[in-house]
Amino acid sequence: MEHYISILTKAIFIENILLAYFLGMCSFLAISKKVDTSIGLGFAVIFVLTITAPANWIIHNYLLKDGALVWLNPEYGINGSKSIDLSFLNSIIFIAVIAAMVQLVEMTLDRFAPKLYISLGIFLPLIAVNCAILGGSMFLVEREYTFLESTVYGFGSGIGFFMAIASMAAIRHRIRYSNVPSELRGVGITMLLTGLVSMAFMAFSGIDL
Amino acid sequence: MALLNKKSKEALTDPLMKNNPISLQVLGICSALAVTVQLNTAVVMTLAVVSVLSISNTVISVLRKMIPGKVRIIVQLSVIASLVILTDQILQAYMYDISKQLSVFVALIITNCIVMGRAEAFAMQNTPGKSFLDGLGNGLGYGGILISVAFFRELLGSGTVYGLPVVPESFYAAGYQNMGLMVLSPGAFIILGLIVWAQRIFSGVEEE
Repeated sequence: MEHYISILTKAIFIENILLAYFLGMCSFLAISKKVDTSIGLGFAVIFVLTITAPANWIIHNYLLKDGALVWLNPEYGINGSKSIDLSFLNSIIFIAVIAAMVQLVEMTLDRFAPKLYISLGIFLPLIAVNCAILGGSMFLVEREYTFLESTVYGFGSGIGFFMAIASMAAIRHRIRYSNVPSELRGVGITMLLTGLVSMAFMAFSGIDL
Repeated sequence: MALLNKKSKEALTDPLMKNNPISLQVLGICSALAVTVQLNTAVVMTLAVVSVLSISNTVISVLRKMIPGKVRIIVQLSVIASLVILTDQILQAYMYDISKQLSVFVALIITNCIVMGRAEAFAMQNTPGKSFLDGLGNGLGYGGILISVAFFRELLGSGTVYGLPVVPESFYAAGYQNMGLMVLSPGAFIILGLIVWAQRIFSGVEEE
């Protein structure tokens, strides 16, 4: 149990997917102008990351990994005579799975939770090309997480993204009343602010897990 | 350039300064910053993005009349993803150490908004030759920012440029210290923010 809590805290605070790995910056910069839309996007990201991380784990471990097809025929294993390694297909399959999952989530929400579906609006389909989602799947392969670990990791990364985007939207809301030099407005000041928020998050790296 | 007429030249040079993909269109920052701790990873990343972007723009432009409108996104994605996988495999074969350092960020070029954005906004409407130049220009504009961020981060953070020490020993003896912050992630955000600021003053663009 402790192990999973440590993965969760690490994904949320210490190795925040946005502030430490710069993933999902495009939508972060474009959406963080308004607080309520950024909360909507944040929830959508949590949702999709929690689903796609375990889904991609299954695909990687039972179809693509070196010797993963051993359940079909023992000869396809790592030491078998016809060893198969499809891991170079990782990225293209992952992006297809993510796009399909987003579509599926969209249809399910539309059927069972129309209110949530309407409030997420355009952000749900856009998530398919959010780097944070694909990045999450790539990281869990690189770090060789187990099934449960990758679910926890996906959930934690989603929460981390949510926190970063929601706090940045709140800061940007306040900064509107400040006298920012005209050329620095928009991206420039947002970048500098993100740097400061990221610095604040670095303080968490002192936590020993 | 006598080889190119005015319009093609614009497609190439516009994104370098006047309409830079990172600082003005604000696209493709996702995978850009994580590789800027050192210059050599930034240079390799630039090469990867320039080649993927110019080839994908050309291919999509060649196919543009055959792609049905409804499924164009998925067609574009698969063209881009195949090129990225190719780049990744080439890097792993010939530059193994750097490809280890770049880790997942080469694969993440797939979701880099510039590549999709240029395919959708330019290559779907223009001829292959012009799309190639547009891809080249945008890739270089992206790389220019990437390399300048990396230059400052490496210089201030480790006191080296492209792995060679440039800060003289006497500075360290006099009490100069490398800025540890630059090597960490906040350094990238701050340097990029300052570069965007400088560039907007230079090109005179303001935002509401």
